[in-house]
Amino acid sequence: MHEMMVAENLLAVISDEAAKRKIKPIGAKISCGKLYVINDEALCFAFEAISEGTCCEGLKLEIEHKPIQARCKKCDETFNVDFSNPNCPKCESSDFELLPDEPLLLEEIEFQED
Amino acid sequence: MRKVDVRKKILSANEKYAFQNARFLTDNRILCLNMISSPGSGKTTILTRTINELNDKIKIGVIEGDIQTDIDAERIRATKAPVVQINTNGACHLSAAQVSGALEKLPSGDLNLIFIENVGNLVCPSALELGEAGKIVVLSVAEGDDKPAKYPAIFAKSKVLLINKIDMLAAGAQDDFDIERAKADARKLNKAIEIFPISAKTGEGMTDWYNWLIKSAEKSRL
Repeated sequence: MHEMMVAENLLAVISDEAAKRKIKPIGAKISCGKLYVINDEALCFAFEAISEGTCCEGLKLEIEHKPIQARCKKCDETFNVDFSNPNCPKCESSDFELLPDEPLLLEEIEFQED
Repeated sequence: MRKVDVRKKILSANEKYAFQNARFLTDNRILCLNMISSPGSGKTTILTRTINELNDKIKIGVIEGDIQTDIDAERIRATKAPVVQINTNGACHLSAAQVSGALEKLPSGDLNLIFIENVGNLVCPSALELGEAGKIVVLSVAEGDDKPAKYPAIFAKSKVLLINKIDMLAAGAQDDFDIERAKADARKLNKAIEIFPISAKTGEGMTDWYNWLIKSAEKSRL
């Protein structure tokens, strides 16, 4: 349940942005690499619980999971890794290098109209 | 409604500490390894045996992460190695800020190697960088050979896989654990991963692990 830790950090960043603009945030889009193993339901639940009574109460979260990419050492193809069958889709080699995971990013905040 | 592009890293607070920790460790030429596994895989037993065996070759310090108690720190203390216990009070992982505080309490000038024994959990600790040079994942044979396939993130991110309690295989107590399957599944995601089948209880297979540690710690000293 590291989603609670993510929710706490997320609440701090969104609250900060909202305070700067003095408008109520009503939605947020975040993205993350698969290796962060974020469970959507757990994150939304954690966020809902800790945002109660703050400016983010009722905010709707949208989570996009970015695939893990790898580069084939044989043919240099860059591809999205499928964990159940992670070989290079072009030359089928199993010799590849995982590329750095996408960061956990707050992409966008949706604010209420005045 | 108004949408605003933010593109801010959510874990930047943790990243800042992780970066500071990494710099501190590099400046002090200390190799730092973050040990991750399910509860009960034998992390502390691996550490106590490793510390006792390498006592005259590498100076080892330990940061112990547990939800509560200092049972593990007591076991490390019995080896005379310096140890700092962190209690997370419910959190399922260590954060870089907690590790930063613990690093200040260790006698870093005297150490070549610091192990961080993370909270027993195969999922959450893999999401947080602590400033370590590498992750060590421990899988004990009692957990089953399907774990690399079921928990791919930690096996994809680790430098070393220790397959522990192999004495149970020899004794026939865990004859449905296919060690080749576990190795193949881990390598499928991470071709470079070093795999050492060991028994921290009997000492079997530990020499290769010690040699890897000595070599890696020497590299950090350069």
